[in-house]
Amino acid sequence: MADPEIKSYEPLHESRSAAVTESRPVRIALTIVTLVFLGVFLLLPLIIVFKEAFAKGVGAYFQSLGDADTRSAIRLTLLVAAASVPLNLVFGISAAWAIAKFEFKGKAFLTTLIDLPFSVSPVISGLVYVLLFGAQGLLGAWLKAHGIQILFAVPGIVLATMFVTFPFVARELIPLMQEQGNGDEEAALSLGASGWQAFWYVTLPNIKWGLLYGVLLCNARAMGEFGAVSVVSGHIRGLTNTMPLHVEILYNEYNAVGAFAVASLLAGLALVTLVLKTLLEMRYGAELAATRGH
Amino acid sequence: MTNPHFRKLLGALVATSVQFGTLGFAFADTTILNVSYDPTRELYKAYDEAFAAHWKAETGETVTIQQSHGGSGAQARAVIDGLDADVVTLALEGDINAIVSKSQKINPDWRKKFENNSAPYTSTIIFLVRKGNPKGIKDWGDLVKDGVQVITPNPKTSGGARWNYLAAWAYANAHDGNDEAKTKEFVSKLYANAPVLDSGARGSTVTFAQKGLGDVLIGWENDAYLALDEFGADNFDIVYPPTSILAEPPVAVVDANVDAKGTRKVAEAYLSWLYSKEGQTIIAKNHYRPAKPELVPAEDLAKLPQIKLVTIDDPQFGGWKKAQPYHFGDGGIFDQIYKPAQ
Repeated sequence: MADPEIKSYEPLHESRSAAVTESRPVRIALTIVTLVFLGVFLLLPLIIVFKEAFAKGVGAYFQSLGDADTRSAIRLTLLVAAASVPLNLVFGISAAWAIAKFEFKGKAFLTTLIDLPFSVSPVISGLVYVLLFGAQGLLGAWLKAHGIQILFAVPGIVLATMFVTFPFVARELIPLMQEQGNGDEEAALSLGASGWQAFWYVTLPNIKWGLLYGVLLCNARAMGEFGAVSVVSGHIRGLTNTMPLHVEILYNEYNAVGAFAVASLLAGLALVTLVLKTLLEMRYGAELAATRGH
Repeated sequence: MTNPHFRKLLGALVATSVQFGTLGFAFADTTILNVSYDPTRELYKAYDEAFAAHWKAETGETVTIQQSHGGSGAQARAVIDGLDADVVTLALEGDINAIVSKSQKINPDWRKKFENNSAPYTSTIIFLVRKGNPKGIKDWGDLVKDGVQVITPNPKTSGGARWNYLAAWAYANAHDGNDEAKTKEFVSKLYANAPVLDSGARGSTVTFAQKGLGDVLIGWENDAYLALDEFGADNFDIVYPPTSILAEPPVAVVDANVDAKGTRKVAEAYLSWLYSKEGQTIIAKNHYRPAKPELVPAEDLAKLPQIKLVTIDDPQFGGWKKAQPYHFGDGGIFDQIYKPAQ
């Protein structure tokens, strides 16, 4: 980039490299270690996914993606993401709004609660829903009496996915909104805007990039979740198998091309997410800086 | 709320979810769910297709059979927790009994419902070796020799692995004249020859066939043939030891579920047709041992040689209720003999 501003940073760079005490060979060695590590643990697996997927040619690749059960798994994954991401978007904005803009008792507790899904193993999150909605569970008898199927059906998969992706949007927005403070909203209100107008025309434009970033991460995880979904899915072929579950099934059936073809779709999704994320960071780095905690 | 963008967004969301909704759920006339264990995937794929055609011809009704596969114990647990199975076709009697005792969804006398104690097929444990059998493995005794690497899964997590273990035990028990100390030593030596214990039978097959580890794979008869089909018959040989163990995977109708759904008639027909000429032939073609071999053409039986098979109810084991805690429980014999290779 031929940005003239870069120049003004150059002295800063130099002063920093002067402050680094490690000798040149040490720095080079550290760089090589990092690159080798990334190559072996990130790049190589990614290459293998695509190599295996195309091992029997392009025809076999597309044929395995055209399989009815595979198509149904792709559809279910999209459906689950389409249901859980918007719900988490609404939840994330409301939670971040409440935490960042207001003072109330139990705020710290609420913040911890939002982070809970990050610290709980996904398998446990799935089991919680089994204990809650399963036939032997707390609500099992009532649900059965009313003919509602949650566990081992699409609603259970959506719930489990929502649980594990709960924190993504809120976690992105809370620091951003806290940093921005209430000034803009107060100005809007004093000029006669309604609460909703203040949110729609002032708050939302302020947080849009952070929000988009959170939604991207949330979506990536929603489509890739394995553990929690595996527990509540019931593994019914063509009905309750999401893409990650279907990858495992195909692999266990010695269908390596099919398994890696589906995996390549998931990897492709991750790559798209990564590119979008990088683009966002490049363009709106300053606004996102506040959210770069993780 | 009057913002046009917001409305458009909402409209688009509703439209997408409706679209996905209609795409996702297209039901046929009748649908039944068969909850099964891992190695039966290929068997039921073939059988379901044949049964649907048979049912259509006989009654004019269209039936769709859905399949769910997983570890046998985990599948039983899912049915207990509400997985809406019409029939269960699991690996062990104990897993169906767990559904009976924990959920009362299956009548306790389920074993009497179909012929042969509700086991329409049986299977056994055999060896898969590298082409030409370079280590000359012919019997269980060859597995404990120095320099032989044995691939078998972990009996703590895998049902199939327990059968492998018990088959080895039965051989040693007969060989050593019922001397438990010697039998223990034999099994201990066998597991000392195992460089890795995968968590499931399919994992072990992949370790042996795809990753190329080990000299011999102990595994299900049908899995061994499947590996031949998948990874090339010119890479491996199947070896039948003179003795092995008889596994009788049972089937049952989940009474409470079929009565609630009104699918009892088709669910019962689905399982009883397993005993028909067509069903038994599909079973044999998929390398399971048919309960009624007299119905099956001789050429399909030829691949399943008769060897001496010991059952789990043999006095040396005393049935699953006794064998499970004795051999595989915490502090049981397997815990005593197995030390992970360092």
